[in-house]
Amino acid sequence: MNVLVLLIPVSLILGGLGLAAFFWALKREQFEDPDGNSQRILRDDYDETPKQ
Amino acid sequence: MTEALARPAACAACSVAGLAEEMGTADAPAGDIALSVPAMHCAGCISTVERTLSGLPGVREARVNLTLRRAMVSGDNLDAATLTGALREVGYEAHELDQAEIAATTTDQAGRALLMRLGVAGFAMMNVMLLSVAVWSGAADATRDLFHWIAATIAIPTVAFSAQPFFKNAWSALRVRRLNMDVPISLAILLAVGMSIYETSQSGEHAYFDAALSLTFFLLAGRYLDHRTRHAARSAAAELAALEVPRALLPDGSRVPVADLQPGHVVRILPGARMPVDGVILTGESELDRSLLTGETMPAPAAPGARVSAGEINLTGALDVQVTSAGTDTSLRRLADLVAIAETARNRYTSLADKAAAVYAPVVHLLAFFAFAGWVWASGDVRLSLNIAVAVLIITCPCALGLAVPAVSAAASGRLYRDGMLIKSATALERLAEVDTVVFDKTGTLTTGTPTLVEVPDARAETLAIIKLLAATSGHPLALALTEGLAGVQPVPAPLSNSREVPGHGVEGEWQGHQVRLGRPEWLGLTNVQTLSTAFQMDDEPPILFSFTDNLRPDAAELVRDLKTRGMDVILLSGDRDTNVAAIANTIGIDAWEAGLLPEDKVARVGTLARAGRKVLMVGDGLNDTGALAAAHVSISPASALEAARVVADIVLIGTSLAPVATAVSVAKSSTKRIKENFGLAAAYNMVAIPLALAGFATPLAAALAMSLSSITVSLNALRVQRQ
Repeated sequence: MNVLVLLIPVSLILGGLGLAAFFWALKREQFEDPDGNSQRILRDDYDETPKQ
Repeated sequence: MTEALARPAACAACSVAGLAEEMGTADAPAGDIALSVPAMHCAGCISTVERTLSGLPGVREARVNLTLRRAMVSGDNLDAATLTGALREVGYEAHELDQAEIAATTTDQAGRALLMRLGVAGFAMMNVMLLSVAVWSGAADATRDLFHWIAATIAIPTVAFSAQPFFKNAWSALRVRRLNMDVPISLAILLAVGMSIYETSQSGEHAYFDAALSLTFFLLAGRYLDHRTRHAARSAAAELAALEVPRALLPDGSRVPVADLQPGHVVRILPGARMPVDGVILTGESELDRSLLTGETMPAPAAPGARVSAGEINLTGALDVQVTSAGTDTSLRRLADLVAIAETARNRYTSLADKAAAVYAPVVHLLAFFAFAGWVWASGDVRLSLNIAVAVLIITCPCALGLAVPAVSAAASGRLYRDGMLIKSATALERLAEVDTVVFDKTGTLTTGTPTLVEVPDARAETLAIIKLLAATSGHPLALALTEGLAGVQPVPAPLSNSREVPGHGVEGEWQGHQVRLGRPEWLGLTNVQTLSTAFQMDDEPPILFSFTDNLRPDAAELVRDLKTRGMDVILLSGDRDTNVAAIANTIGIDAWEAGLLPEDKVARVGTLARAGRKVLMVGDGLNDTGALAAAHVSISPASALEAARVVADIVLIGTSLAPVATAVSVAKSSTKRIKENFGLAAAYNMVAIPLALAGFATPLAAALAMSLSSITVSLNALRVQRQ
């Protein structure tokens, strides 16, 4: 059972990292243009200035 | 759970607050220009548009948003005309968007906040569910208590953060002594958490932390869907409004915002421009297209001293107009009164969701209360009775009901958006599904509003060629139609000379020494011409008359046939004259028509139908239709309509085709059916679950299973709307 002491915090931290990544994406307006994002990866030209 | 469900009690206060929140947070930096580029659709388009715009002098950054079909350009001393011109050269039609109009909808702060709460709820739900699975599969004693405590530390802050929208709505409903769907939801969430904390502290067997969290998650998902549907419609509607950057030209050549005009100011209206104000003509002669106001296709002559109204289009000569009233004070105002009266009638409509909420909320509370009272009476054990009452509240809590409406309307409006329709009102589809009578306006709705030549009259080929030359010198709609109608005529070698426009009358010129004139029949001495027509005269020869007809939209006849086969009555109400209306009605097969109607008459006709128990769908585009659009049970207007008409309409057609109207009717019917099915599914699930909960057999595992299954069933059922 001692393994729980390790595993539970680990699972919470991993989940928390996912949540933090989601917050980051939301704050940096990654969900503003879903259609555009799916098309931009198909462009030939190198995008010097990806959206900040 | 939709906002619509919450509305009867939470009503005005919360929606106004939401709007204010959005308006306050979103403003674009000055100097930036927003362009609407509707033709963009691919990766290549993004590259071309961005590269073209970035290459222009003064542009610091150009960024395309493909979802919104917009390009945002930032830089110094930018000029919208240069930007749109450059895009037109590479093949993309572009229009400037009024920043003030779109600012409120560019950044969706409210949507982002909901998404944030949804994300937190999802994270917490998954983690607590992991711990719960361990408990369900047999963890006991100290381990179970430990897991419950960990679950509690995750669940309590999450509920405090994520469930706030429900608490707020429930509180504002309770404050005015009303019940809405958010009251049982908040009660269930709070009681579930509170009860679970108590049970955990007593080393109890059942804790409902996972149920409280999944309830929050699923209901937030429904609310987010609902928000996104509305936001998409609102920003598209704002974009339509923003396309008309309202500016007026002054006689000295400068442009001022229409909002700044005062009575007494003089504005210059160039040919082809729309009157921004009500006023009196000081100088200039021209013809006015009043079709958007009256439905009449025949242009009216205009001379100094004549009164003009906002919305009319100046056709031939430049006019200087003295403003008599501007902005909200114009003749639009008179129609606005009609609209206001008609709209109060419509607000009485109760949506399916509201009807469900009205039955649902009291039933749930009574059930939970009786479960508690019954078990106390039977067993005398307060803790057990409270546990059962909470289980009843959680089990009946409307996950499925909360998703039932928004999932369907999100699917339906997504489908209609792809077909070129914007749903502006939340209840539009439900109302559309009930329609049994369709009323059409003629000019601009069934017809395109642009004239075409009926037939080429008998004349020498040389004469026709001269007419074509002469017509090409004018921008008048009839001249354009004539040029198009005579496209097959062989050109003559000799050119015209001295051609000039005679404002308000027509064009004249010289051809090999002959005086030639093309214009109003009255100008050339023809009187009593009833149809939309223009005449041509060479020297003193008898004039040649050309008649025009307003072109039908390509699928108008098909639409009318389609609606009739669905068993609907189709009626045509027009402000135009008898002969024109009769011709159109015959062509597309409408038996019931009336002509020469004033705006008030149209409202009265629609009102009479409504009193006779008819559910009327009004399709119209003009100012003269605005009242009728508002009075009808549900209304549709084309995007070419005046803003006043679009604002009132529930659904806006983006393209030129009328065919989507039929699609809208069938999608509306099927989505209402899906909503009812979803209510049925939710009810069926409750019919099984409630007796179990009342009998005290419900466990957290059963609640979790039932909740997830019913939510997924309802969402899948909603998706069926998209495939038809």
